[in-house]
Amino acid sequence: MKKLDFESLKHNPEYKVLQVLDTDGKVVDKDLMPDLTDKELVELFKAMIWSRLVGDQTAKLSRQGRLGFFAPTAGEEASQMASNFAMDKGDFLLGAYRDIPQLVKHGLSLAKGFMWSKGHYNANDYPEELNALPPQIIIGAQYAQTAGVALGIKLNGKKNVAYTYTGDGGTSQGDFYEGINFAGAFHAPAVFIVQNNGYAISVPRKLQTAAPTLAQKGVAAGIPSMVVDGMDALAVYAAAKQAREYATEGNGPVLIETLTYRYGPHTLSGDDPTRYRTKEEEDEWHAKDPLVRMRKFLTDKGLWDDAKEEAYNAEVAKEIDDAIKEVESQPEQKASDLLKFEFVETPAAIQRQIDAYEEKEAK
Amino acid sequence: MAKITMVQAVTNALDEELARDDKVLVFGEDVGNNGGVFRATDGLQKKYGDKRVFDTPLAESGIIALANGLATQGWRPVPEIQFSGFIFECFDEIAGQMARQRFRHAGSRTCPVTIRAPFGGGVHAIELHSDNVEGLLAQVPGLRVVVPSDPYDAKGLLISSVRSDDPVFFLEHMRIYRSFRQEVPDEAYTVPLDKAEVKREGSDVTIITYGYMVRESLNAAEDLAKEGINAEVVDLRTIAPLDEETILNEVKKTGRVVLVQEAQRLTGVMASVASLIAEDAILSLDAPIARVSAPDTPYPCSDAEGAWLPNKDDIIAAVKKTVNF
Repeated sequence: MKKLDFESLKHNPEYKVLQVLDTDGKVVDKDLMPDLTDKELVELFKAMIWSRLVGDQTAKLSRQGRLGFFAPTAGEEASQMASNFAMDKGDFLLGAYRDIPQLVKHGLSLAKGFMWSKGHYNANDYPEELNALPPQIIIGAQYAQTAGVALGIKLNGKKNVAYTYTGDGGTSQGDFYEGINFAGAFHAPAVFIVQNNGYAISVPRKLQTAAPTLAQKGVAAGIPSMVVDGMDALAVYAAAKQAREYATEGNGPVLIETLTYRYGPHTLSGDDPTRYRTKEEEDEWHAKDPLVRMRKFLTDKGLWDDAKEEAYNAEVAKEIDDAIKEVESQPEQKASDLLKFEFVETPAAIQRQIDAYEEKEAK
Repeated sequence: MAKITMVQAVTNALDEELARDDKVLVFGEDVGNNGGVFRATDGLQKKYGDKRVFDTPLAESGIIALANGLATQGWRPVPEIQFSGFIFECFDEIAGQMARQRFRHAGSRTCPVTIRAPFGGGVHAIELHSDNVEGLLAQVPGLRVVVPSDPYDAKGLLISSVRSDDPVFFLEHMRIYRSFRQEVPDEAYTVPLDKAEVKREGSDVTIITYGYMVRESLNAAEDLAKEGINAEVVDLRTIAPLDEETILNEVKKTGRVVLVQEAQRLTGVMASVASLIAEDAILSLDAPIARVSAPDTPYPCSDAEGAWLPNKDDIIAAVKKTVNF
């Protein structure tokens, strides 16, 4: 019997990490440089600053008890904001619990973003024109549903995509695989983004899988996939923009892995990253900060300076203040309202409960 | 009007809805070219094309997620889960996602999905095909659970379910698929959701049941009538949320109640029905509430069904005990 060479049977496709800007903000791949106007480049950078500032403020307000659940996003501004920047308002966003910045930039008001943190039902009372689902808590469900949204878009004959996000841990879920596999089988226009920040709470990426990249999981679905420097806004934008075009042209879905890092804890609900991360590792990633390199790039081009940044910071501070005021003026939530949200045609058994709660609430 | 089986009534309802509303989509494992493992979707792909009636990869979570996603784009999905025991694969997409879609959106979105799945014992199926999973589904807030007991109701209830803007889980008992025929109108009609029906009027005792046990209860009532016991049979039809008004009215009328389900005692919905009666009609009772159900084990190997499934004799015994209390 011939001896089989098991090492050669491992399927490890080569992925070159796509990068446009290095850590000094210098263009290292002119060919991949996206076709963005000066105005658009500034707009993209502003979205990244906005996300950092809103995240910092959300963390403070959450610690003060004025907001609730928060999954920090600092460090992931390129991965989140640049991919979102590549999408169209008609595209449908299915984010997870860490993807509130994309949701707000896609059309949800910041006040509603904050209400989601606080746990008020008005957070998900979405305007008709908003193409998105609320942040998904069940890791993987958004991936499986993306295939359905994308097929729906395709059947409607629209030139749009469904786009979704999960983390490195999420790639171990069955719904992750089912989602990319269904989208592949139906040639549905979807962009699947894996934000690999190295940890699923405390569990390092290498404990999720023996696969050397997460992108190669696309091979199992027979779809194109790539690895991108997730701290480089221009590389993320270039990948997402082209994936979107590929999908809208009827070619089917694409899987993008962004290599990134979260500076903060997993969530503010008691996670302590010093238990599983070293200071050296954190410093190494701070040196790759997506804002720093984008700021250097734009400053070198004469498109950005300290005065502009100060003015913009003040603008965002005001936006946050206004949003918090709106959150704090929301009506108190009532059990009878919750019962009314449940069904379009309220069954008699539920109506009986509505009547009972309304009587109690009137007292 | 033709005499047809329940599985034909299901096909008929899907045909009507596919013709009426071009947003209706029928999909699942083998429902397309093959016409379904029970022929419930027979001929539909040929008639409506593979964009309206199509096969999916073999993955239940993916199927229901597909439905939930399609619903966001204005489609009205009617997915099929091949057998009831496979719902565990997609329970998040049912209970965690579909059922709460309108609620979590504070009423600003809907999820008009109707999931069809065969279930039920007595057909000697292999493991995890016949399981009575309706109790799990009935405990999911935001979900309607519909279980027809005959061809007429199956067609009318399925049409109502597909037209509903709320999500519905539609359970089709395998033992009723082809075991008898009934006159069913050729055209579309609806049977109201959330409404139980008195299938047999009676004055001595109220038997409340659903699914295949409606047949066993009606047969039991015929036998009991020969002994001078006049039993009425209430078919719940929608088992969640319950038609509380009909249940309470019928129980108050006779003062005696026997609750019959094929499911194990700790599953199904009869514990809920019993608690409703205990809370709101206890002073009308002349005897304790009796329950007929299967033993609290997992669903048995097929050859043990005869020993395990509740039947007409169990119902007759429970009725006599209640009447003679």
